[in-house]
Amino acid sequence: MMYDFLVDLFGNSALANIIAGTIQSLLPLFVFILPFALFAVYLERKVSAHMQDRLGPMRTGWHGWKQTIADILKLIQKEDIVAKDNDRLLFNLAPIIVFAGSYAAFAAIPFTSIFIGTEVDLGIFYIIAVTGIVVAGILMAGWASNNKYSLLGSMRSVAQIISYEIPTILVALSLVMISGSMNLHTLSEQQTGYAWNWYIFGGPGSELSKFLLIPSMLVGFLIIYISTLAEVNRTPFDIPEAESELVSGYHTEYSGMKFAMFFLAEYANMFAVSAIVVALFLGGYQSPIGYLGDLIGAKWMIPIEQFSWFTIKGVFFVFVQMWLRWTLPRLRVDQLMAVSWKYLIPIAFVNLIIIGLITLL
Amino acid sequence: MKEYFGNIYSALATIFIGMKITFKHMFVPSVTIQYPEVKPQLPERERNRLYVNMDDCIGCDQCARACPVNCIEIETTKSIPGEDLGKTSNGKKKALWVTNFTIDFAKCCYCQLCVFPCPTECIYMTDVYEFSEWDRKKLIYDFATLTPEERQQKRDNLAKFNAEKEAEKLKAASEPKPDIKKDQPEEK
Repeated sequence: MMYDFLVDLFGNSALANIIAGTIQSLLPLFVFILPFALFAVYLERKVSAHMQDRLGPMRTGWHGWKQTIADILKLIQKEDIVAKDNDRLLFNLAPIIVFAGSYAAFAAIPFTSIFIGTEVDLGIFYIIAVTGIVVAGILMAGWASNNKYSLLGSMRSVAQIISYEIPTILVALSLVMISGSMNLHTLSEQQTGYAWNWYIFGGPGSELSKFLLIPSMLVGFLIIYISTLAEVNRTPFDIPEAESELVSGYHTEYSGMKFAMFFLAEYANMFAVSAIVVALFLGGYQSPIGYLGDLIGAKWMIPIEQFSWFTIKGVFFVFVQMWLRWTLPRLRVDQLMAVSWKYLIPIAFVNLIIIGLITLL
Repeated sequence: MKEYFGNIYSALATIFIGMKITFKHMFVPSVTIQYPEVKPQLPERERNRLYVNMDDCIGCDQCARACPVNCIEIETTKSIPGEDLGKTSNGKKKALWVTNFTIDFAKCCYCQLCVFPCPTECIYMTDVYEFSEWDRKKLIYDFATLTPEERQQKRDNLAKFNAEKEAEKLKAASEPKPDIKKDQPEEK
């Protein structure tokens, strides 16, 4: 594992542990999230443009690839405005909490077989718990802004995230029942081999129960995808930041780097939920077709391949999120609640019971 | 119960139909025109910046009179005898020096009313529409081909000629009438 390697590198002392821990915790941010956010914003603009028969950014660099870098540079230079009637402390704290909440989720996401932020056995439980902090941050932002649109947006957001956490948890729970582990690393390791060992196809093994599980798993996959989509406030569930109704929701009053923090958190969240779906259902970092490193006997290549597979799967689901965003119109508040409480939660419950019965076989 | 599952089915089915449509549109060539590099084909009778072909202008002032916003200013100076101004392309003889011909495009409303009265068709619309300026004064275009010195010279010539004529008239008034008739052919 990466952590042990780093501890050895710095000389196996108490200090080495601290240094290794710091490096370990900052790696996902600088190696993955920041470049990913830049890329995802660009991808979002390009996908939306091409879906509407436009071109998107074209003027900075080849096909506008430098656009998001220019945007970030602009955001850094911007004035940090705090209005007179804002609650200063909460207003400044909110973006940090929102970003911290979504970044903390990355601690339990295995990027490759050798890199996971922390090998916590409660993995998926920890992720669901820690992303709950985001709710507090969003409510803080809306309340401290002292702006009715921000407050409405954050209230909607909280209502939405809390109701959609239930189907997410129920589906994650059914996965935990099958695999017997909450650790995403273990879950990914169980789905090793080829694509038919993924949990969406009933998990590893070849008994009857695997085939009985396939329909339930497909249903579970759909439910968790829809509910995580709602948890990250993306269209069609973007009522918290409904541009046409609420200006921009809870980040209306923010400018400069604080706004960038919200933006970064949103894109980090998009990848985090995609990564959770991938780790639970689609084999995490596992390759669907075996590894080239195994084939040519170069063991060092396997983690790199795993990282690429993980990124490809994650980015694919981020792409699907964008695809949905530019396809579907926004739901009404009552429709949003109806989807969660009338459809997703009962189906997830029934699904959980069916999966429980099958695993008893 | 039937309605419940019907709702689920129709929701999923319509989502997939929508996704299919948007996915198809990803590969439809975009309608965007990359403006400064690629320019759109303008209609044949588009109205943009005016141009005055001074070789053909006879200084008749008809365009200035037709203009609803008075953006055309023309000052002409009569030619003195002996000066040859040449002919326009449709055979009209020019008799006036156009010492000033300015069009203020900040005022111009691009109505094209000045184009039709022109007897020599020397004022017309071009397809140039990219001529914005930081300074409004730069939008006053001077079409007269004479240099400022030449213009002053033409005005001076006329003034001198008129003065001479006036002096001759005064002289003629004090002299008997037949003399004037004798002088006239020389003047022309």
